[in-house]
Amino acid sequence: MTDAAFPPARPRGGSLLEPDARTLRRNAAEARFRLYGVTAIAIAMIALMILLISILSHGTSAFRQTFLHLPIALDEAVLDPSGTRDPAALRKVTTIGYGRLIDRALGEAIAASGITVEGLGKSDISRMVSRQAAATVRSAVLADPALIGTTQEFRILASSRIDGYMKGRVTQDSAARDSNVSPAQLHLADALRAQGLLGTSFNWRFITDPDASELRPEAAGLGIAILGSAYMMIVVLALSLPIGVAASIYLEEFAPRNRFTDLIEVNISNLAAVPSIVFGILGLAIFINFAGLPQSAPVVGGLVLTLMTLPRIIIPARAAIKAVPPSIRDAALGVGASKMQTVFHHVLPLATPGILTGLIIGLGQALGETAPLLLIGMVAFVRDYPEGLPGGLFDPASALPVQIYNWTQRADPAFAERASGAIIVLLIFLLAMNAAAIVVRRRFERRW
Amino acid sequence: MSIGLLVIVIVLIAAAGFLAGRARARRASEGDTRALHSLVGFHGQAVFLFTAVPALLLIAVWLLVQPAVIAERVTGLLASERSEGALNLALGDVHRVAAGLDRLVAQGDLSEAAVAGLSVEGTDLRRTLGTAGVAVAGRVRGEVLTAAREYRRLTHLSARAMTIAAIALALAGLGFSLARITVEFRARNVSERFVLMLFIGSSLIAVMTTFGIVASLLVESIHFFSLYPARDFFFNLTWNPQFGGGSSLGIWPLLWGTLYISFVALLFAVPVGLLSAVYLSEYATRRMRAFVKPAIEVLAGIPTIVYGLFALVTVGPFLRDFFAQPMGLGTSSSSVMTAGLVMGIMLIPFVSSLSDDIINAVPQSLRDGSYGLGATQSETVKQVILPAALPGIVGAILLAASRAIGETMIVVMGAGAAARMSVNPFEAMTTITVKIVSQLTGDTEFASPETLVAFALGMALFVFTLMLNIVALYVVRRYREQYE
Repeated sequence: MTDAAFPPARPRGGSLLEPDARTLRRNAAEARFRLYGVTAIAIAMIALMILLISILSHGTSAFRQTFLHLPIALDEAVLDPSGTRDPAALRKVTTIGYGRLIDRALGEAIAASGITVEGLGKSDISRMVSRQAAATVRSAVLADPALIGTTQEFRILASSRIDGYMKGRVTQDSAARDSNVSPAQLHLADALRAQGLLGTSFNWRFITDPDASELRPEAAGLGIAILGSAYMMIVVLALSLPIGVAASIYLEEFAPRNRFTDLIEVNISNLAAVPSIVFGILGLAIFINFAGLPQSAPVVGGLVLTLMTLPRIIIPARAAIKAVPPSIRDAALGVGASKMQTVFHHVLPLATPGILTGLIIGLGQALGETAPLLLIGMVAFVRDYPEGLPGGLFDPASALPVQIYNWTQRADPAFAERASGAIIVLLIFLLAMNAAAIVVRRRFERRW
Repeated sequence: MSIGLLVIVIVLIAAAGFLAGRARARRASEGDTRALHSLVGFHGQAVFLFTAVPALLLIAVWLLVQPAVIAERVTGLLASERSEGALNLALGDVHRVAAGLDRLVAQGDLSEAAVAGLSVEGTDLRRTLGTAGVAVAGRVRGEVLTAAREYRRLTHLSARAMTIAAIALALAGLGFSLARITVEFRARNVSERFVLMLFIGSSLIAVMTTFGIVASLLVESIHFFSLYPARDFFFNLTWNPQFGGGSSLGIWPLLWGTLYISFVALLFAVPVGLLSAVYLSEYATRRMRAFVKPAIEVLAGIPTIVYGLFALVTVGPFLRDFFAQPMGLGTSSSSVMTAGLVMGIMLIPFVSSLSDDIINAVPQSLRDGSYGLGATQSETVKQVILPAALPGIVGAILLAASRAIGETMIVVMGAGAAARMSVNPFEAMTTITVKIVSQLTGDTEFASPETLVAFALGMALFVFTLMLNIVALYVVRRYREQYE
């Protein structure tokens, strides 16, 4: 007690209004510490801002696309030499034949509007147009053979480099170094735009079309990926809601405190922290190799994501059930309800908002999850839309996050733009889900 | 009968059972339902459950086991395939041919009798299958055709058997539960017991998932170690998979990359997360808290693929152009630094929300005591709150570390694929998770050590993160109890 060292006393004559050196030092330390805290928060906020701005600035242009507006003469001599309009004969004409018609139409349009560009070769003109354009015209003709012999106005995709030039991704400098586009083509694009033949407009087909091959990024869309993700979410919802709620009710309301219950609880909390890729390995080994379910099918993805999401749903659901005050249960039991009736008639309805909030957040995590889906073969290139439910669950499909990953792995920079655009779509879905969770919580949450 | 239809039929039978059970209970009571032990609804419910649930479970189990059993039977017909890889290829052909035949029959191009009469010599089977949209590589061999026919026969047989068995089970359940209905039958207790069993079954799924993970990792890892010496896997310092065999598959370069990247991530995330948690809980005004906390939580809600793309298109090129190249440290945009920094951003909300919980759990009396002795706020934080919260914070950091080690997409897109042990943070390195993805999505055949190594890596990852989680959860729980 006696050997406690006292700090040197305040020197006599000092004023309370004038802080001494030690107080100044302590106050400075206080200010510094506050500054550290503010800096940390600022770093986190800036990181969030940069992240969002970078994605938005890279991605918004993916929703717009450059189109050529061309009158194309659908020459009967090329498309239907026999003149019978027989669908089988019409089908024999491949996209190459249609490509020639488009090239001719573009050449005529250039000549008609009096555009002259130095150093413009014949192949330069045909490469202005996307490889997808011929397929577009062909399917229009096959759908309505009466068009043959007439001249129709078509809106066809421009090639990705021209599209990039319109959006500022491709410049004269980069074109000079790029073997896929020449500066002459860019001059031609400028001239065509001045004539109103070339323009950029909103591109619905980015959201509805299937993925396209490496060579035609301008035609790639998210249709199958969105559908596949939706199918998977349906599977996850249909399985994880009943199973998750049932497990939470058992653990909160019925389970005796013993080793067996402890085992289940430890398992759930550990599964919530197992890396997601491990669930992908599980899916590959059990669902695909052992059970023989088809690769890249939404049902397998849904099952894997269900196993991954379950613990993340059970934990908030248990918290919600626990938050219902015991007096409610006592009252129900007191008037003669059975344990099960108490749970279903009273506890569960009161816990529903909390359970739903957890469910929506869990579904959101499942929607954005990529790694396990890579392992069960959802990276495959899929061109055909899956069928309707429930058969479509077994058809190959893609998924939104996997489609994004797929596009980032491709060489053409136009795909990087589309990947960022796809992320915007994904974030919009997540935002909607989280907003729904907040609404549910605000609207129905009850404080006891 | 398709599975969807079968399920609907069973549910309809069960619904009919519900009505029948209710009616029967009413009849048993001779009009006075007060004589019954349970309300009529419970009698109906018991019938419904006993009819629907066993039959639906049977379908689920059947679907899961059937392919394995059929594959076993068909494999016997492909006797000439010596190696496992060739066998897998042949099995794939069998599946495709069988699917093509199914489609041809469904389109009406081929009758069942014609399928039985098909031979490899007579018709050009490959072209016929091509018209059904099924591409088969090379000529279809006689053995494969026989196997495909057997495969179709077994699948159809199995589908029919499943339909019959499921409906029979449903009807048996219906009959059994209807027969039990009497005035004294305790229908409520029985159906509640049944529902409770379903609850227990649901909560067991977590245990079964863990079991499934461990079993699948263990089986394939043992398979791997039978093809590749365990000593080399654990002690070899090079990672160099080869297509033609003779690969060296040492885990160390991957482990080094994993730990290095996680270390960089934690170096960034822990101070930022911890300090912002301290500031938010000790200094921030209510309004600031209401704005900043949700904003930080937004970071937690962003999928990792978004962080991956951020690393790929923004952070990577930025670090390369402004740090790595001017300093002469490298020319790669994917690097330890890129992945670590982006992963650090991802971990900020994780660290900060965990620390926030822990700091709030420190009792107010400790703070009051410290202020009463004249300590400033920062002195209280540094000398009272943080030491009191230390075990919890250590637990939070361990959980964050386990997150970082198991993270996949950020490192796949930001860290590169070169397995290297170097200390230069601007060089591309790779991690365990990257290699799991690349070895399992590659084109090598499944039974080769180059593919199976992914399971051994998965095992290592699982054990590693599990240990971190267990220690962290233990520490956090112990700490929480301390102040409760």
